[in-house]
Amino acid sequence: MTDTSPTSARLREAVGPYFGRFGGRFVPEALVAALDELDAAFAAAQVDPAFIAELDELHRTYSGRPSILTEAPRFAEHAGGARILLKREDLNHTGSHKINNVLGQALLTKRMGKPRVIAETGAGQHGVATATAAALLGLECVVYMGEEDTRRQALNVARMRLLGAEVVPVTAGSRTLKDAINEAMRDWVTNVDTTHYLLGTVAGPHPFPTMVREFHKIIGEEAREQVLALTGRLPDVVTACVGGGSNAIGIFHAFLDDPDVQLLGLEAGGDGVETGRHASSITGGAAGVLHGNRTFILQDEDGQTIESHSISAGLDYPGVGPEHAWLAESGRARYEPVTDADAMEAFRLLCRTEGIIPAIESSHALAGALREGRRLGEGGIVLVNLSGRGDKDVDTAARWFGLVSAPDLVNSEAERVDLKEAQ
Amino acid sequence: MSSVAPVLAQAKAEGRAALIGYLPVGFPDHDTSIAAMVAMVENGVDIVEIGVPYSDPLMDGPVIQHAVEAALVAGARPRDTLVAAEAVAKAGAPSLLMSYWNLVDRYGVPKLAADLAAAGGSGLITPDLIPEEAGEWIEASDEHGLDRVFLVAPSSTDGRLAMTAAACRGFVYVASTMGVTGVRSQVNDAAEVLVRRTRAVTDLPLCVGLGVSNAEQAAQVAGFADGVIVGSAFVRALNEASSPAAGVRAVGELAASLAAGVRA
Ligand SMILES: Cc1ncc(COP(=O)(O)O)c(C=O)c1O
Repeated sequence: MTDTSPTSARLREAVGPYFGRFGGRFVPEALVAALDELDAAFAAAQVDPAFIAELDELHRTYSGRPSILTEAPRFAEHAGGARILLKREDLNHTGSHKINNVLGQALLTKRMGKPRVIAETGAGQHGVATATAAALLGLECVVYMGEEDTRRQALNVARMRLLGAEVVPVTAGSRTLKDAINEAMRDWVTNVDTTHYLLGTVAGPHPFPTMVREFHKIIGEEAREQVLALTGRLPDVVTACVGGGSNAIGIFHAFLDDPDVQLLGLEAGGDGVETGRHASSITGGAAGVLHGNRTFILQDEDGQTIESHSISAGLDYPGVGPEHAWLAESGRARYEPVTDADAMEAFRLLCRTEGIIPAIESSHALAGALREGRRLGEGGIVLVNLSGRGDKDVDTAARWFGLVSAPDLVNSEAERVDLKEAQ
Repeated sequence: MSSVAPVLAQAKAEGRAALIGYLPVGFPDHDTSIAAMVAMVENGVDIVEIGVPYSDPLMDGPVIQHAVEAALVAGARPRDTLVAAEAVAKAGAPSLLMSYWNLVDRYGVPKLAADLAAAGGSGLITPDLIPEEAGEWIEASDEHGLDRVFLVAPSSTDGRLAMTAAACRGFVYVASTMGVTGVRSQVNDAAEVLVRRTRAVTDLPLCVGLGVSNAEQAAQVAGFADGVIVGSAFVRALNEASSPAAGVRAVGELAASLAAGVRA
């Protein structure tokens, strides 16, 4: 097992722009002024009681915070007798943790006096959350989505449009999330005076990794109290899935300076890291620069980005937030891949044992919890960030488990499988 | 070939702006791209900006995106740009590589600096690298006497203009508009304002890029800048030609017309 002792007593206070050798700002000069403006607006908002109160009010009366902690005893029977506790971000309005960050940034957008937000989305969860906040606060909203993903996630495209957002299919490059980010950056460079780029994870140039973490750290702060109240002690292990890493850093943050609490991030292992078809940027990538920061990325020997693969659209990204890269390199957190098959097995198990349909993203964290539980055995406590619910994944899951015949499925799903097979 | 500075000084002595032409290596294929760069030089381009194809060109508009995507599909590699730099040097002009940072990072900054200097290239234009992140490149370019061209933008504060210009060698790339590369029907007033603001903080030549596509615009920009940078229009000339040979001819013709523009 890796040494998980902290490298500093105050990991929680790291504020960027660098996390070890990671992070920074690798951006066109044209964006620096906007990043500085955002940095200043965020710094001011963080200590402004009016902003704090407004966000807190939205959390309580709109998202439904605090999210509850649910013990999963029947699920835990498959985890060597350890206790498994689920932090229920799936119960938030819009169905995932994404809303925490979106509400924070949308309020900041209003403070900066900008009338328009843009966002990237892969699965559509961040796009839906952004469209939701834009509707709530009266902002114009444009969401960039890879053309491939608009087909894979047709239902979320419709949701965004119902909420009044414009969804722009991106036809450049691989037509997936990374290309949607490129296109959002191009829009931002062009319209930066009127527009805030509402980035959906803890990646991108400073201050995004720090700011997005700050908006999500409430997950871990609540969970730490809830676990203490329920069990009288801190958990042995905290697990979370890692795409860009926002839900993971959100739940890890409160525990960073508790050296006895092990932090485990689960990356999308796809068909297995050894096959090359995965999205495990830390386990299977190398240090480089992508989308404005230095971090671990999937790249070829020339530095061209390699496309990621995962059954989970929300984890299907060839990079990871710089703070995770640093926590991995320093040994404070561990990162391991979970294959599509293991994630889907954990998905099925949670449905059957607890009556909760998790997001496939979150199922990676559940698979990690099963492993850790078996390792810890009787008396162990594992806290899992259940980052989202699985409504959006029902088609994918039904096909995976052979629960419906192909003609019953919506077209987008059938096309997705055709495309996957064609690749 | 060393710095681009003498070429810019010569143009100035002739009472005109320099013409800088961009093409990515490998589009539509390796040999044609290099032939087109040579045709640029033969028709009056003073400095060639050699694009290094990258999978995620977030400062580029559709014309260049499409070209670099095609170049990558055709197998273009970063090291091909060194071959291009040698060919351009042989044709008698200095060249700068235009590269997104991860490609340089991956190649190894000191190694790229050494290899580029050996190939006769003059330096790098770095669209997604700001001086604050450029420590290793500043060191390596000093060691090999290479030019460092950073960009300034209309949104840059006066403080950043001074800081960025101070980090440049060769010239300062003045991004004429807020936005990505692409052909524009009009040159924006912002360019002239930004040139004036940058002039106040540096003695380096100021070259204006983003959107210039024809002789008339080149003449207009030449009225206030030391150099005119043209990219998408050259790529479009290659792209719209009926054959590679016709593309090379079209690039040459465009170069000749722009060269007349900067002398107008
Ligand atoms: C439910 C859920 N969990 C996790 C993620 C991955 O994002 P991150 O790693 O930033 O938490 C997504 C992204 O769409 C998601 O929808």
